[in-house]
Amino acid sequence: MKTAVIVFPGSNCDQDMYYAIKDGLGEEVDYVWHAETSLDGYDAIMIPGGFSYGDYLRSGAIARFAGIMPAVIKAAKEGKPVLGVCNGFQILLEAGLLPGAMLKNKHLKFICETVNLQVKNNDTQFTKLYNQDEVIRIPIAHGEGNYFCDDETLKELQENNRIVFTYSGENPNGSRADIAGIINEAGNVLGMMPHPERAADALLGSDDGLRLFRSILNHWRESTHAAYTS
Amino acid sequence: MKKVKVFITLKESVLDPQGQAVMQSLHNMDYKAVKDVRIGKYIELQMEDSADVAEQVDTICDQLLANTVIENYRYEVEEEVHS
Repeated sequence: MKTAVIVFPGSNCDQDMYYAIKDGLGEEVDYVWHAETSLDGYDAIMIPGGFSYGDYLRSGAIARFAGIMPAVIKAAKEGKPVLGVCNGFQILLEAGLLPGAMLKNKHLKFICETVNLQVKNNDTQFTKLYNQDEVIRIPIAHGEGNYFCDDETLKELQENNRIVFTYSGENPNGSRADIAGIINEAGNVLGMMPHPERAADALLGSDDGLRLFRSILNHWRESTHAAYTS
Repeated sequence: MKKVKVFITLKESVLDPQGQAVMQSLHNMDYKAVKDVRIGKYIELQMEDSADVAEQVDTICDQLLANTVIENYRYEVEEEVHS
């Protein structure tokens, strides 16, 4: 599996993402600069956390119009796995690949701590290696992770099992329905505020995040194997 | 040239944590008359004269300046006065 980690001016979790894939999975991975226009040849796309364009105007608002974004949208439409973490999630929301928007954290604080997440849907290509309703330990680090959507969107997310992760116990940022991560209708675009790449090695305090990357890899292997044999 | 003044506000249905914090502070300062605070953005654009300035500003706001999931916008177009 060949993975692209998109790098914007202000991305700061790109190296963590790179090492989770290279060292955690042992798979091929490249940094792709935001000014590039093609993602041909990549099997999976990762949009890392950080403060792209200094969070000017709104988090993710300017990155959404970067040169690489048409290629990200094309990859998403083609069904390739696209993972947006933290600022990456905010960019996916701004790009309209996922519904809703981010507000400032309810108590206005930037929160940097490891939280308990509940896996609400383990039947996705990102979460197959977790148990349904399993509680995992993943760090968060954000000032604008207060997920908002209207009632109609929330109902749609709930009814179609598109809420993948929720905060377990105390909700740190005030997000609607304790949402920490959601997936698109087709099931190939996941956005989440917590950082699985920062929990990809026991040395980092938790390796609960590694199973997310392994799930993507397993799914890719199964789908390419199926493609060979059919 | 035209000067376009764009006002962006959070929708009524969206909680404004910044506004709430400012209101709390005003109450602590004894300004009890303040019943709500909503914080928004003000953006000025200098634009070339053209027949469809309003149309262009609508598109600019929808695409980039405002996130219409959570924000409303309105704007005023003024004749730029050169001194």
